[in-house]
Amino acid sequence: MVELFVILVSAVFVNNFVLARFLGICPFLGVSKKVETALGMGMAVIFVMTVASVVTWFIQYLILIPFGIEYLQTIAFILVIASLVQLVEMVIQKSSPVLYQSLGIFLPLITTNCAVLGVAVLNIQKDYTFLQAVVFSLGAGLGFTLAMILFAGLRERIDLSPVPKSFQGTAIALVTAGLLSLAFMGFAGLVKG
Amino acid sequence: MLASVLTLGGIGLFAAIALGIAAKKFAVEVDPRELAILEVLPGANCGACGLPGCGGYAKAIVDGSMSPNLCTPGGSDCLEKIAHIMGVEAISADPQVAVVCCQGDNQKASQKYRYLGLEDCNAAQKIADGPKTCPGGCLGLGSCVRACPFDAIEITAEGLAVINRQKCTGCQKCVASCPRSVIKMTPLTATTHVLCNSTDKGGVVRKYCQVGCIACQICKKTAPEAYQIDNFLAQVNYDMAHEAEVAVEKCPTRCIRDFSTGYPEGSSFAAPTVPTKKPGQAA
Repeated sequence: MVELFVILVSAVFVNNFVLARFLGICPFLGVSKKVETALGMGMAVIFVMTVASVVTWFIQYLILIPFGIEYLQTIAFILVIASLVQLVEMVIQKSSPVLYQSLGIFLPLITTNCAVLGVAVLNIQKDYTFLQAVVFSLGAGLGFTLAMILFAGLRERIDLSPVPKSFQGTAIALVTAGLLSLAFMGFAGLVKG
Repeated sequence: MLASVLTLGGIGLFAAIALGIAAKKFAVEVDPRELAILEVLPGANCGACGLPGCGGYAKAIVDGSMSPNLCTPGGSDCLEKIAHIMGVEAISADPQVAVVCCQGDNQKASQKYRYLGLEDCNAAQKIADGPKTCPGGCLGLGSCVRACPFDAIEITAEGLAVINRQKCTGCQKCVASCPRSVIKMTPLTATTHVLCNSTDKGGVVRKYCQVGCIACQICKKTAPEAYQIDNFLAQVNYDMAHEAEVAVEKCPTRCIRDFSTGYPEGSSFAAPTVPTKKPGQAA
């Protein structure tokens, strides 16, 4: 139990996917103009990461390893994650239009996001058991959402501030992202691993 | 070699079949009219219709839950096309544009204090009801500029918001963003407006603004049909808007402006061409 908690905390804060591992920077910069959309994106990422890690864990241990073709890991994972997200999108569209409205537009954006693939690959690299893998990917999703919301909040404030002309837009966003990442480095050493 | 090809091919085939079945089983039927209307709509997702986006509005039109003439940015062109798609007669609304009812920039109107906070009118308004002495005047910090999806508003060097009548589509986003309700919707065909939003008495207005309405009644005497005075503030009666021009020259504080002769001082916008239609005429 303690071990699972450590994995969760480590994934959310210490090795935050966006701010410490620098994975998933594209949606981090692209969909972080408003807290509302950032939250929607974060929820979609939590969902996709968890589902994807469950499926890829089984792909790895039930298909790739028995057949001795671990070198096909990357392509097999991308294939599975992409089609899985598509499938989930269709199911949500049909079964829950409300959920689709808030989540649906973000799903295609993250089908082959590197953060999602990163979780799947890290689960295998770290030799996690199934339960550990699920907790780790949940933590990774939560960490991503946390980073998104913090960053979106900062950007909303920056929008109202008199930023020098040459720094406006992406430039100031990147500087802010750097500072936020620096702040998250403060968590290093909290948990080992 | 064979195992890898077969495995990957197998996963791919399985995924393809699963997706194929799902696409059939979970297909959501979309009314073709909805897609056609979505193509016609401006696609600005401005929210003038009352829904968050054009997609939702297209759906609502097809449902019949909303009237097709609520898209102000699309104008009569868009309305006609929607009406054609839906097979109904076009009922056009008089086009409306927004006007900033204030001319008191930093030169002409006094300030209570120097504001150095966030560049946002709503933030400024929270501090002792805004830096401007006039309770209704434009704060000029650009909340409306940021709200405008059509790039139709500018802030002059002296801190006054001015709306371009040619670019304004009447979506009312700026109206909602203004904490002092200084932006008002007016008919596009009416070019004469009282550019003041202060309901203080004349003597009080004179103290803080050179161009405010002092409720002297001169406009009402010049064109009794076209003006009314409420709460010490003259207002154009837009049913008789074409008669309002005669009072422009008579106004002692020059707070009545005929936009066809130019925008308020400091604006970079060129004078709008006068619409040929008179209000009340069918579109």
